[in-house]
Amino acid sequence: MSKLASHFLINKNKFMKFLVCISLVPDTTTKISFVDNDTKFNNDKVQWILNPYDEWYALVRALELKEANGGNVTVVNVGPAENDQVIRKALAIGADDAIRIDVTGDADSFAIASEIAAVAKSGGYDMILLGKETINYNGSNLGGMLAELIDLPFISYASKLDVAGNTATIERDIEGGKEVLTADVPFVISCAKGMAEARIPNMKGIMSAKTKPLNVVAPQGVGSLTSVVKYELPPAKSACKMISADHPEELIRLLHEEAKMI
Amino acid sequence: MNFEYSENQQMIAQTVRDFAEKHIRPYVMEWDETQHFPVETLHKLGELGLMGILIPEAYGGAGLSYNEYITALIEIGKVDSALCLSVAAHNSLCTNHIYKFANEEQRKRWIPKLASGQWIGAWGLTEPNTGSDAGRMKCVAHQDGDYWVINGSKNFITHGISGNVAVVIARTGELLDSHGMTAFVVERGTPGFSGGKKENKLGMRCSETAEMIFDNCKVPKENVLGQVGDGFVQAMKILDGGRISIAALSISIAVGAYEAAVKYAKEREQFGKPIADFQAIGFKLADMATEIEAAKLLTFQAADMMMRGEKMTKQSAFAKYYASEVACKVANDAVQILGGYGYIKDFPVEKFYRDAKLCTIGEGTSEIQKLVISREILKGNI
Repeated sequence: MSKLASHFLINKNKFMKFLVCISLVPDTTTKISFVDNDTKFNNDKVQWILNPYDEWYALVRALELKEANGGNVTVVNVGPAENDQVIRKALAIGADDAIRIDVTGDADSFAIASEIAAVAKSGGYDMILLGKETINYNGSNLGGMLAELIDLPFISYASKLDVAGNTATIERDIEGGKEVLTADVPFVISCAKGMAEARIPNMKGIMSAKTKPLNVVAPQGVGSLTSVVKYELPPAKSACKMISADHPEELIRLLHEEAKMI
Repeated sequence: MNFEYSENQQMIAQTVRDFAEKHIRPYVMEWDETQHFPVETLHKLGELGLMGILIPEAYGGAGLSYNEYITALIEIGKVDSALCLSVAAHNSLCTNHIYKFANEEQRKRWIPKLASGQWIGAWGLTEPNTGSDAGRMKCVAHQDGDYWVINGSKNFITHGISGNVAVVIARTGELLDSHGMTAFVVERGTPGFSGGKKENKLGMRCSETAEMIFDNCKVPKENVLGQVGDGFVQAMKILDGGRISIAALSISIAVGAYEAAVKYAKEREQFGKPIADFQAIGFKLADMATEIEAAKLLTFQAADMMMRGEKMTKQSAFAKYYASEVACKVANDAVQILGGYGYIKDFPVEKFYRDAKLCTIGEGTSEIQKLVISREILKGNI
């Protein structure tokens, strides 16, 4: 191969297949409560939204890469038919198609990772993106488990992602600094703040979302490995004591005598 | 019959809410205080597709229905009713008038720019001495070869200074002849066309209201919409739809004020309990909620008739009359519930109270709506 030809190949933008895992989480203003002896989250009257890390960073960055280089963005969700309306939002933002794995009961991270693994294996995706965590359970489990199940590398907490040819350059925020690394596709990557700007779907997107494919697939039926024994709410915040700015000595006295912090 | 929001409406509401929280809410009071007309925000709303909501996609619009239009207006107006007024005037009056009565060439010329929000539209019927009595308008147009020459002025015009293009109804025939008026499209920059005084208003302060002045303004005959003499009849049809949008604007104010009042009534404690637990406040909230629901039903009923192509002059007047009165009453009750805090600008109800009054005046006063309704009833449309 001539030098020019190999140069061309390296820099040629690759048509990529992106899979973005999207989770539904309660709207951030939801009042949290539990049922069944505090073993289950109370779904009653909960407004569900796309997990912001999945939507704002993973999905939008996948769309940006697709728009720059060509490709196809599929979103995947594990859950019941009621999720379809929220999944449509991902299509309205710009995803090309959606897959919903029809799981109706409770499922832990392992069960969800196993279900997505089955879809991911057969789909031949170049990049599988997800948020760094969901804002309800904050587990950050899924990416690692999924990567292991489908035997791909996993890059976590990425704040920047660029692709040239088959190689991605990724920035990760690490304690006190940044780590820059490269990885060849395919891989699984979890996305954090900084990767993209949230997009608001436009009216055209909303209209076209109705006609984009939302394929429902039967679950593998992989069971959960964990079960919840109990949920607990954090203790209620105690009342705030206001101290006049003219009396700093009173603050010191309270911190010393009541809070016993100094 | 289905009274639920469709999946589309739910998604549109969510989208507009997200946009409004980020791009509108932080600036509402600043725009209000300084009477800043936020053209840049209207351009952004255009990118979302909200400046050509009813216009088909082929002309650069969103191709949505009146139900979806109402949904979007309510969500914008809950956050800033003044901006909602601008969106409503741009969509229902200017853009819709051109779209409905223009020929294909004219549509191609103006609609894509308006529907995308690149251009802001104005619509001029009212004059200093002729409001509801438009038949006596003094603004005249005389034909001069391939041109029409317009002389006169229009006032209380939304986007009278900043509008890139205006639909103007001018007299081309006899005084009081309903077929003696014609609709013209006048582009900004046309010699003889200028913006006049910007009004300093009680409410709706970020929405620009100004005079439009025509001084030997020469407009090519290609800018006549429909037939010469059709302008007044066209305007009346446009106002039928416009009333629905003012009803939606009214609902947005009522809902915004009501939600603020509910929140406050649950949080504010007096005599050892939230004031919502006192029947005096609870009953007020009950009245507000009931009236808002009734206003919504009337408005969606008028929209439904419009979408089915039925004549809905009476229903749109019902909706506009009732919803606008409800907006004033609910905003008034909300201020009362918030008491002293309702009277200051740190809480949103003070602005809703000021903005609401426009709704019983603009695009036909409540009295004119009653006139329209009674005439329809007496014509046999019981």
